[in-house]
Amino acid sequence: MTLDFARRVEVTLRLNARSRTTVVSPRTTLLDWLRDDIGLTGAKKGCNEGACGTCTVLVDGRRMNGCLTLVVQCEGRSVTTVEGLAGMKGAGEVGGELHPVQRAFADHDAFQCGYCTPGQLMSAVACIAEGHATDDASVREWMSGNICRCSAYPQITAAVLAAAREEAGR
Amino acid sequence: MRDFAYARAGTAEAAVGTLAAPRTAVIAGGTELLNWFRLGIAAADRVVDIGGLDELRGIARDGDELRIGALATLNEVGEHPLVTRLAGALASACLQAASAQVRNRATIGGNVLQRTRCPYFRAEEPLPWPCNKRDPGSGCASLAGRHERQAIFGWTQDCVAVQPSDPAVALAALDARADVLGPAGPRTIPMREFHLTQREAAAAGEPMRETRLGADELITGYRLPVSTAGQAYVKVRERASYEYAIVSAAADVRLAEGAGGPRAAGAKGQSAAGAGGPRAAGAGGPRAAGAGEQRIAAARVALGSVAQRPWRLTAAEAELPGTPLTREALLPVIERAMADAVPLPQNGFKVTMARNAAVRALLAAGGAA
Repeated sequence: MTLDFARRVEVTLRLNARSRTTVVSPRTTLLDWLRDDIGLTGAKKGCNEGACGTCTVLVDGRRMNGCLTLVVQCEGRSVTTVEGLAGMKGAGEVGGELHPVQRAFADHDAFQCGYCTPGQLMSAVACIAEGHATDDASVREWMSGNICRCSAYPQITAAVLAAAREEAGR
Repeated sequence: MRDFAYARAGTAEAAVGTLAAPRTAVIAGGTELLNWFRLGIAAADRVVDIGGLDELRGIARDGDELRIGALATLNEVGEHPLVTRLAGALASACLQAASAQVRNRATIGGNVLQRTRCPYFRAEEPLPWPCNKRDPGSGCASLAGRHERQAIFGWTQDCVAVQPSDPAVALAALDARADVLGPAGPRTIPMREFHLTQREAAAAGEPMRETRLGADELITGYRLPVSTAGQAYVKVRERASYEYAIVSAAADVRLAEGAGGPRAAGAKGQSAAGAGGPRAAGAGGPRAAGAGEQRIAAARVALGSVAQRPWRLTAAEAELPGTPLTREALLPVIERAMADAVPLPQNGFKVTMARNAAVRALLAAGGAA
């Protein structure tokens, strides 16, 4: 029953709908891997301890803190970052049509500096999918893992509710 | 974060088998472990990943017990219909913990093993001040410095920290047992006894020990007696969400049948017509209930963030049967049960706040708030 402990680990996962195989040191967080190895810098390194939420990504559709997730824990999983949210122009080229949640954030002016926005967007997408975007109080409670130091909370809440209504109406 | 070697366990036994070697850590969600590594609270040469063990997953009813696998995430526990219905205080505690993102990673097995949020303890190495948990024998900077968030029960001169877990408070209040696997096989640890106060640890000759879990043991799940009584978890904190408790309270309340019982809403309506008076007198007892008042038949209540363990108010539980479900009646009962609190110079307010939280939790569990 002895296990083989490895210092380099091969991991295969899907990133923004594309399969990738990578070899990492076990300590590599999903956040560091995305930013430093893949070059996807949408997820931000705010606190690096799970307190701010600006590194939020979806893993198998569930929102998680990229800084509290190791790449080796993502074997076989599907990771979506803010770069994968908008429609693809084709052949992996970003810049397609905005996701309804992105459009709602723009329409409601749901940011000032924008640093927290990638995390807010990913968290909002999940919050709506979970069915928690029902009213002001519920959005505030279920979006509390995303800190906005510009304090755009009223606009963020309005954007999440508007996107949820739009989604329900489709 | 220093690098480490990594392996995925195929069975719980295999994972436990690796723990005999020093500097081997278990990772499930990783929300605590990664921060321990970053701060230097823990260091490991080897990390064994139990995240893929389906045998540790799942939430199910097993006769009179609710069985929760150690790998169930806080969101899974908090939103599961069986937990909501049969262990509501635990569901509520899970959903009031951390954030939605963290709750998707954090497991119920790992949650009770989180360590104190004492800021002196949580500093990055090299530690600029004494902390007996980080550097045994160095002293306690909090006792000499800021300690308004620290313990009011069970602390020693060596350490005044509290255990911050919300679910642990509910698990202790609901008489849950942890299923544990070690090299010698499985055993269970009642969650009321799982954590140790500093005083209990010192009496056992291991002043810095925090739980009864062995270094070579793994929590595989929990078993809770199902309860159809009303339950509540009250968390008092400085921000409305995503914040650790200053104090918290979990309660489970069964109301007395008959006069002043579950149909008190009707009795309340009748009291204007004079029916409430004689009925209340008949229901009497030492603390006479007013018209339409409900009485407690049995109750369990535990405080959180007041000690290095969830704090069951057993003296109150013994006294509560027959007590009217009102703030006025409950306050003195809880006060008597907390008479042995020993606040630190800066945290006397926590005695009052914890008392009020316990009363609120009992009222909410009984349906009166």
